[in-house]
Amino acid sequence: MPSTRDIRRRITSVKKTAQITNAMEKVAQAKMARAQQAAIGGRPYAELMNRMLGEVVTHAGDFEHSLMETRGGERRALILVTTDKGMCGAVNTNLLRLVSDEFIKDDTRVISAGRKGAQHATRAGWDLAAEFSYADRPTFTEARVITKVAVDLFESGEVDHVDIAFSNFVNTILQKPEVQTLLPITEIKGVSAGVEGEEMSAELPGGTTEFLFEPSASGVLGELLPHYLNFQVHQILLEAKASEFSSKMVAMKNATDNANNLIKDLTLTFNKMRQAAITNELLEITTAQMALGN
Amino acid sequence: MADTLKLEIVTPESVIYSEDVDMVTLPGSEGDSGIYPNHVPLMTKVKAGELVVKKDGAEEFLAVAEGFAEITGNHVAILTDNAIDSADVDEAAAEEAKAKAEQRLEEGGDMTEDEAKALNQAILFSAAQLKAKRSRR
Repeated sequence: MPSTRDIRRRITSVKKTAQITNAMEKVAQAKMARAQQAAIGGRPYAELMNRMLGEVVTHAGDFEHSLMETRGGERRALILVTTDKGMCGAVNTNLLRLVSDEFIKDDTRVISAGRKGAQHATRAGWDLAAEFSYADRPTFTEARVITKVAVDLFESGEVDHVDIAFSNFVNTILQKPEVQTLLPITEIKGVSAGVEGEEMSAELPGGTTEFLFEPSASGVLGELLPHYLNFQVHQILLEAKASEFSSKMVAMKNATDNANNLIKDLTLTFNKMRQAAITNELLEITTAQMALGN
Repeated sequence: MADTLKLEIVTPESVIYSEDVDMVTLPGSEGDSGIYPNHVPLMTKVKAGELVVKKDGAEEFLAVAEGFAEITGNHVAILTDNAIDSADVDEAAAEEAKAKAEQRLEEGGDMTEDEAKALNQAILFSAAQLKAKRSRR
């Protein structure tokens, strides 16, 4: 049976934990707002990019690009986008479970963005080809470096497919682990900038207008494709960040609520014990008085 | 037919510029091209450089980084890594960024081709910012 002093000590400690988790919740909330903003900010660009790519592809004719080459092989690389830090609910766990159940084979090369993924890969004995971290506000440069490694692997023929796994930001309480194909770009599809989980229209505009190309259609496409990849990776990083922060916010809110409930319970126990002690004391006094009194 | 162009400049972060203008001169990969309304549909690469917008008789200057432009009739859409209105250019910061990039390039070392290319682009963009800023005066 713990003494009243033990309980009081526990209450103080739980209160402090609640303060910390509360602060973390507020921080995550602010960062989430920013991350969502960034993901929305990328949308007009994604739309324009898709439209331009669609137009170029319709007009470029039988153009072949090394990034569009479909090879028969089954060797894969996976870009694994996780968080750097923990305390963010189940985003990493869910993603890693999906990935290890369905996508990782013995010869899959893993490119990790985010420390948690790299840690897991090492522990699980995956073939870790490269490891990156990215800032709270992912920059285009960070995306470019990650894409470069993947493109190098693909172009050198070491792998035949590149997939990217990340937690897609559906809304604040729902993040869905997802795997998308990055390479080869067999079909141009919309970059899902899905802040609300909606897909960009994947339909390509028909070739009604004749375009002039400077310097040439293939020249433009050759430049546009790598850029498209970079952008897609960048957008995915933004989404992963939005997921991380919203999940963290929810996790921390739950932690704070739990701590507050615990405080309530503990306070109740504490008061009961105090009351019991007082009653006991009163009883003793009365008994003693009665014994002496008569 | 409308005799203005709708100019849009879009970067990964946001839409930098979206307005109706009379004419725009953009730094294409094959040289600068002046675009008037009802231009023939054109798709071109854009170099880092200075973009001049004519609007209501006045000229505006913007700096753009490398990217692409799509021109259809009365619509000019520019897709670029970075763009800035000359009014917002911080001259000192641009100078510094340029000097830093040049120094890095100078030192060379174990730089990959891509890094060198990125640095070159950074230098060009800084130079474009400075040029746009100075044209403004």
